[in-house]
Amino acid sequence: MNFEDTPQEAAFRAKARAWLEKNARLRPADEIAPNLLGERESADVIQRAKDWQTKKFDEGWAVLTWPTEYGGQGLGRLEAVVWGQEEAKFDVPPNIYAIGHGMLGPTIMAHGSDEQKQKYVREMARGQVVWCQLFSEPDAGSDLAGLRTSAVKDGNDWVINGQKIWSTGAHFSDYGMIVTRSDTNAPKHAGLTYFIVDMHAKGVEVRPIKQINGGSGFNEVFFSDVRVPDANRLGGVGDGWRVAITTLMNERVAIGAGGGAGRFKDLLKLARATKRGGRPAIEDSAVRQKLADFYIRSKGLQFTGYRTLSALSRGATPGPEGSIGKAVGAPLGQEMASFAMELQGVLGAVNDRGVSPQDALWQEMYLGTPGIRIAGGTDEILKNIIAERVLRLPPEIRVDKDRPFREIPTGSVKG
Amino acid sequence: MNLEFSEDQKFVQHTAREFLAKNAGLDVCRKVLESKTATSDPGLWKGVAEMGWLGAVVPEDLGGAGLGHLELVLIAEEIGRSLAPIPFSTSVYLATEAILLFGNDAQKQQWLPRLASGEVVGTFALAEGAGEPDLASVATRFENGKLNGTKLPVFDAADAGVAIVVSQGAQGPVLALAELAGKHVEKTALESFDPSRTLAKLVFCDAPAERLGDGGGAAAIETLLDRAAVMTGFEQIGGATRAFEITREFTLGRYAFGRPIASFQAVKHRLAELYAQIEIARSNGYYAAWALSTGNEELALAACSFRAAASEAFEKAGEEMIQLHGGVGFTWEYDCHLFYRRAKWLSASLGTPSAWREKLIQRLEAKGAALVDDGE
Repeated sequence: MNFEDTPQEAAFRAKARAWLEKNARLRPADEIAPNLLGERESADVIQRAKDWQTKKFDEGWAVLTWPTEYGGQGLGRLEAVVWGQEEAKFDVPPNIYAIGHGMLGPTIMAHGSDEQKQKYVREMARGQVVWCQLFSEPDAGSDLAGLRTSAVKDGNDWVINGQKIWSTGAHFSDYGMIVTRSDTNAPKHAGLTYFIVDMHAKGVEVRPIKQINGGSGFNEVFFSDVRVPDANRLGGVGDGWRVAITTLMNERVAIGAGGGAGRFKDLLKLARATKRGGRPAIEDSAVRQKLADFYIRSKGLQFTGYRTLSALSRGATPGPEGSIGKAVGAPLGQEMASFAMELQGVLGAVNDRGVSPQDALWQEMYLGTPGIRIAGGTDEILKNIIAERVLRLPPEIRVDKDRPFREIPTGSVKG
Repeated sequence: MNLEFSEDQKFVQHTAREFLAKNAGLDVCRKVLESKTATSDPGLWKGVAEMGWLGAVVPEDLGGAGLGHLELVLIAEEIGRSLAPIPFSTSVYLATEAILLFGNDAQKQQWLPRLASGEVVGTFALAEGAGEPDLASVATRFENGKLNGTKLPVFDAADAGVAIVVSQGAQGPVLALAELAGKHVEKTALESFDPSRTLAKLVFCDAPAERLGDGGGAAAIETLLDRAAVMTGFEQIGGATRAFEITREFTLGRYAFGRPIASFQAVKHRLAELYAQIEIARSNGYYAAWALSTGNEELALAACSFRAAASEAFEKAGEEMIQLHGGVGFTWEYDCHLFYRRAKWLSASLGTPSAWREKLIQRLEAKGAALVDDGE
């Protein structure tokens, strides 16, 4: 039991720090880190993000946990965490690789052919090409295996038709990883096939989704007779669900706590700066109780993450604790934002960076966090996962599981 | 960084679990709870003494086992799981710990071997009536080797032969050590919310006492309370986890509408939420245990966080245990109320969750917002 860096970790931290100091601006302690939830990045920001990634790649600071043959450094997850902690202190471009590096790269490494691995993984690490995930559909969200974008074999190609949704960063992505339905006679989980698609191919159309926070980080992606060579198939025909599960397992690790973690300090500052009944809000005992509760949950999430890392770093499967990060962290972020706006009193209604405290951080966070509670598994789906996979409680009764897919009833309500 | 207990530490925990499974089933707790006269289970007390747990962190030359606090918190977790009806937490985490931390050599020689062997039970007298104990407003006086004042409630006092008493000396709060036999100390039993653990009122009337080393001072007493909070927190995590496990088993075996009630989302989600709450508390506990075992200054924050989280997790587990058992959970015959009672008793014993949250914010404020590590 040791929460401090080992000598090796400390040396690695110092080395990382030295490189960052040479190549980026250290953000002063009192400067608020930008809120990047769902902003539509300009082409300029994307290019800066790519160049930062390539610089890291060239100098040995990219995809640290990946094997060296794919451009990684073959390091442990703990080193990756140390790097992440240090990089977060610097003013660097937004990370547009969370999905590619966190989920899709590991999926190709797990299920891809040697050719696919050689062709894509290293290039993905270098970062001049960006990848997106094409999983959810308008009628297949929590029930992902109910997806109906079709893939039909035609010679050595597959022809894809349908619609995907909630694809983060599809608008600046070069490749996508898509799950399709290749057999409607098979039961729903058995008729799926997984592909790599070129996002610049003919018939792919990306349309931004305007979110409740005004941002457009997500997209709808339409496929009209898009031809994909069979060489781009990842895993066997009909084996797409197994491949998709690999992506999803990595997703939960990648999204992690999300939400509120790392914002407690800003909330504490707000409580000191805001008046309530003529006195600083932080002197109010109801405020103090709430703050303490947020701190305890934030720290608990952080240490729970460290427990997962400790298990992973000695080669064990992450324990149950790995599943609770998002289930707890996402609602926590929303609660903290809501409370911060309440602290602001009437100013809570103002969403004006010039007037609202802390550059309207909390207004933006309150509008952004509902998305965190839904993306990558809703609160409810995550609780099902904890209940069924961790606590081994009986699975949901699934009336559609063993029927041919085409016989499953569907329905949808438009807003 | 490594957030796992070592194999040796886990072995200590495993041994403790086996011993308690054999010697401290819930029937042992129930027997004391239902008894009109018993204050604890003497056989179990003797047993844990023989296992070396009462002196787990006492040096070997003073009759202890010479283990560290990382071992002790794991024993505490197991004690918590078993709802052992013995004055372990007060005697070990508070009385013994206080003498270890602050006692002079003579006091250590005199008391630690007897506490470690279980011959003497120690207690800790802080509260003086309603509200959260507050060092500054302690009214019990310690002057010229004499204690005067009333302590209420005093936890685990029934079997105790010696007490560490928080009192006002000439220069502020001090820890005084007093034997409880004799006509100068009047002990009155109080009805306990958890009758498997005792409570009493102690009235000191010119009771002979000595200052514990040159210890005392508000800061030192706060440190003692922080350390005890971490160890007690592990008992609470143990209790919460056991309550959770029993409840899970029950919902798997109980059928309604033709299927186990554990298959309904309304039940599954409650169990998932409870599980997450316990694990979040446990993670705070690992951090606190590390700070405790290394004497790291982070203990001041970690103890507050963990203690509040562990108290609430155990209370919630007790509440959910009854709710998810349905009607039988409300019967005397089922064991749910044993957990429900113990959770609230332990929460109150060292300051309630809201008191620890308040302390946490005071300490965070003292640190300055910019220096707070918020889990980024």
